[in-house]
Amino acid sequence: MKILAFAEQRENKFRKTAFEVVTAAKKLAESSGAEVVCVVLGDRVKSIAPSLGVYGAGRIIVVEDPKLSQYSTTAYAAIVAEVAKKEGADVVLFPATALGKDLAPRVAVKLDAGLAADCTALRWENSELLATRPIFAGKIMTDVRISSKYKVFTLRPNVFTAVAGSGGVATVEGYTPQIGDGEYGTRVREIAQSSGKIDVAEADIIVSGGRGLKGPEHFKLIEELAAVLGAAVGASRAVVDAGWRPHDEQVGQTGKTVSPTLYIAVGISGAIQHLAGMSSSKYIVAINKDKDAPIFQVADYGIVGDAFEILPALTQEARKLLGK
Amino acid sequence: MKIVVCVNHVPDSETKIKLSPDGKSIDRTGVNFIINPYDEFAVEEALRLKEKHGGDVTSVSLGGDPHKETLRKSLAMGADKAVLLKDDAPRDTFSVARALADYAKELQADIILFGKQSIDSDDAAVGPMVAEMLGIPSVTVVVKLEIKDGAVLAEREIEGGHEHVETRLPVVVTAQKGLNDPRYPSLKGIMAAKSKPIEERKPSPAANKVEVVAMHKPAAKAAGKIVGTDATAVPELLRLLHEEAKVL
Ligand SMILES: Cc1cc2nc3c(=O)[nH]c(=O)nc-3n(C[C@H](O)[C@H](O)[C@H](O)COP(=O)(O)OP(=O)(O)OC[C@H]3O[C@@H](n4cnc5c(N)ncnc54)[C@H](O)[C@@H]3O)c2cc1C
Ligand SMILES: Nc1ncnc2c1ncn2[C@@H]1O[C@H](COP(=O)(O)O)[C@@H](O)[C@H]1O
Repeated sequence: MKILAFAEQRENKFRKTAFEVVTAAKKLAESSGAEVVCVVLGDRVKSIAPSLGVYGAGRIIVVEDPKLSQYSTTAYAAIVAEVAKKEGADVVLFPATALGKDLAPRVAVKLDAGLAADCTALRWENSELLATRPIFAGKIMTDVRISSKYKVFTLRPNVFTAVAGSGGVATVEGYTPQIGDGEYGTRVREIAQSSGKIDVAEADIIVSGGRGLKGPEHFKLIEELAAVLGAAVGASRAVVDAGWRPHDEQVGQTGKTVSPTLYIAVGISGAIQHLAGMSSSKYIVAINKDKDAPIFQVADYGIVGDAFEILPALTQEARKLLGK
Repeated sequence: MKIVVCVNHVPDSETKIKLSPDGKSIDRTGVNFIINPYDEFAVEEALRLKEKHGGDVTSVSLGGDPHKETLRKSLAMGADKAVLLKDDAPRDTFSVARALADYAKELQADIILFGKQSIDSDDAAVGPMVAEMLGIPSVTVVVKLEIKDGAVLAEREIEGGHEHVETRLPVVVTAQKGLNDPRYPSLKGIMAAKSKPIEERKPSPAANKVEVVAMHKPAAKAAGKIVGTDATAVPELLRLLHEEAKVL
């Protein structure tokens, strides 16, 4: 039994999800005696590869090519499928990131494999791998089993915790795939980065504001708290549609799905479509002046009160607590 | 330009979802179904491509008779033709993609548009799977699309920014909110859609590779703690986050 974990890097740095995926592979391996093999694609990425070892990678296969410095859907799919076949991997794990979600379906087709997307749990049951995944925006959880020879899964970010072990030493080996230049026909020409912002999809802490903030100018209060906590700023659709905040901050069904360790919702009512994007957060704090707002039904802690009074106090006290 | 747009028919996002007694599917009685919201962006983009480059727009859905309602909506918006790949079985993404790919191949589509994901199964997989089956490029989660002389330039959303992707026709594109503002069907469009025929086809089904073992409601969360009703509650809130939840 072999598990292949795709370790995503951007600009030659592993994303946090790379460590999460490798740790998840290691956990599955521990309870089944499987081998964990990682695959890393990029330009000059060999030097970063060994850091996967402490998360449980036994072998790391590195595919290096200057053409791989930017993501190419078609080339990546061809290479990862080739490695999976050559290794005879039974299970292939990807992160459910923008890249992983783009890539995994194509790899699944190349492997004639079933795909379970955006999983929040994986476990063995009677020597079969069961995946749990949220559907209907988290209103229902479903357990699925894949019957094809190869089995492909994408794992929701921030749900599988990365655990650095005392760890064995991993062997790193290069591999040259047999793919033609035509596979590089689809390529990323450039990346327009949102200026230094933490993205809600990747943040550990999110402070989100809704219509209760009354106007775009008051989001300063949200930004200040976020800055103190090292958090990303999130928003409800109501304020995005109103043009108060950019769409890339929107959390929810038509925005981003997030699962940070802490989600602070301020002046957000907690409509079902908003909850769809954030209810799998580990801890939820709600600040809302309406005690019956549905957001309190998913909140771990709440203050029923006026955001304009509570936010400045929270920012100030947090600054003290964190010594900033 | 031969434009194909794939549309799915899904429970509306406000619907309360109940499970069937078998515990493996949802109870469809009384559930309001709509066109998958992301597929509206796909239909709109298809219509704009036609307006700009000429050609025709075919909308396709795989499913039972109720999917005709969603196909009618695409006709009312302006699609030239609608096709139902009639099939009542529950299908996984691979199986759906196979049927859609077979049909798109027959049509020799230049561009096949999808939604970013279905809001029922939340797979976000069928679009790129179809592309792979046809051996053509795909760009997912697209918020901006330009096509010129067969060259495709698409902007897709990624964490912390946008990727500008370059490729060529034929291509699969999956639509994200922000790509456009879907038009409302005009009264004339709605009337015309009523009389346009929906072609029915029998797809050759591919077996499912993903099997549902069980569905369940997520574990209900224990009632949260209301820490207070004004700013005096702030120190206690921070203490709880720091000492009890250990997240600060
Ligand atoms: C197909 C579809 C998709 C959707 N997708 C999304 C999505 O992705 N994300 C999303 O967020 N929504 C989405 N929505 C919209 C959703 O239904 C709600 O309309 C939206 O989330 C409401 O935003 P809000 O909570 O900011 O505003 P409101 O519902 O207006 O809530 C404002 C809240 O602020 C509180 N408040 C007011 N003043 C104060 C104060 N001084 N201090 C503290 N609290 C105060 C009020 O009590 C109220 O609870 C979608 C809807 C549909 C139909
Ligand atoms: N049964 C179907 N019929 C037609 N198109 C579909 C069907 N299922 C999914 N799609 C298309 O594939 C996209 C992604 O769906 P999914 O992979 O199910 O999340 C949808 O937005 C639709 O465009």
